[in-house]
Amino acid sequence: MSILPYLLAVWLVAIGLYGIVSSRNLIHLAVCVSVCQSGTYVLLLAIGYKDRGTAPIFSDVPASRRAVDPVVQALTLTDIVVAVAISALLLSLALKAFDHHGSLDPAEMADLKG
Amino acid sequence: MSRTVRLTMVGVSLAGFAALLAWGVADLPSFGHYPGPYGDLIVKLVQPQRHMANAVTAVVFDYRGFDTMGEELLLFAAASALALLLRETREDEVEDIREPVLSDAIRGGGLLASIVTLVVGLYVVAHAFITPGGGFQGGVVLAASLAFLFLAIEYQRWGKVAHSSIMEPVEAFGAGAYVALGLIALASGLAFLENFMELGVFGRLSSGGSAILLNLASALAVAGGFLVIFGECLQENVGARHGSRTNR
Repeated sequence: MSILPYLLAVWLVAIGLYGIVSSRNLIHLAVCVSVCQSGTYVLLLAIGYKDRGTAPIFSDVPASRRAVDPVVQALTLTDIVVAVAISALLLSLALKAFDHHGSLDPAEMADLKG
Repeated sequence: MSRTVRLTMVGVSLAGFAALLAWGVADLPSFGHYPGPYGDLIVKLVQPQRHMANAVTAVVFDYRGFDTMGEELLLFAAASALALLLRETREDEVEDIREPVLSDAIRGGGLLASIVTLVVGLYVVAHAFITPGGGFQGGVVLAASLAFLFLAIEYQRWGKVAHSSIMEPVEAFGAGAYVALGLIALASGLAFLENFMELGVFGRLSSGGSAILLNLASALAVAGGFLVIFGECLQENVGARHGSRTNR
């Protein structure tokens, strides 16, 4: 047994969160959000893995072969599409923020409270 | 709020998050020994029950087709929201802008890349139930094909093919067709999104039943959605580079 894949997932989420908290640039922040989300892909795929399991696609392997879990893989697919949609929205919001404040640094947006 | 207060709040919430995370990770199944019965059942049943070779696509478009509908509507909402946010650059501000492609190498390379990705995209969409791929992945590749086409031709002419006023109906048709296919199943006395067609022969392009149509619908929705996002950002960029935003 190994916990390395789970540690990798936790590390990606942690480093992404650190980036989000410490970010001084909204575009950098949007990238940190997607780093955070890639931790969830690793976690999902790691959970569904089976020792010596093949991909759950049986066009040229017999269905009796041990295969990894297809459900978490489908979830990861969903996750990636959601991540792209979020990135696109965050980046367009960053563009709008730059239009209004003339800066991408959240600390310089003086009229932003909280 | 001062910086110290903010950092303290972040510290407290991160400590709580770390505790939850450690608790959650500690109870995970050990790596390589996933105990879930659901995935194993699908792996066993997908061939006799659905005549599909790709169990992942079977989950996406058949067993959990309802979830995929939510995902597709989410993409639709995100693309619409982005179009709404970036719509400040109006059509008439960019309609006179001409940006001819000056380099023959870029023109040729862009056209070649566009054709190759178009074929790959159609292949990935069509083989959804046989090889790795499906409407989502293939839809993204198809969108990339039209984005490559932008390298090969002038901006206004590209707009005639892939402007968001063309791509928005494509995206809406895809998302609408997905819901409509679910309703057709419902109207013929089956469960929502249940298969209502012949299942076809295992390993052939025709395998999968009405999930084939769901696959095509989501390919249209995804390709349309990505091109709306790309087209809106491009229009904003063209407008900005030619100074239409300076006097705002």
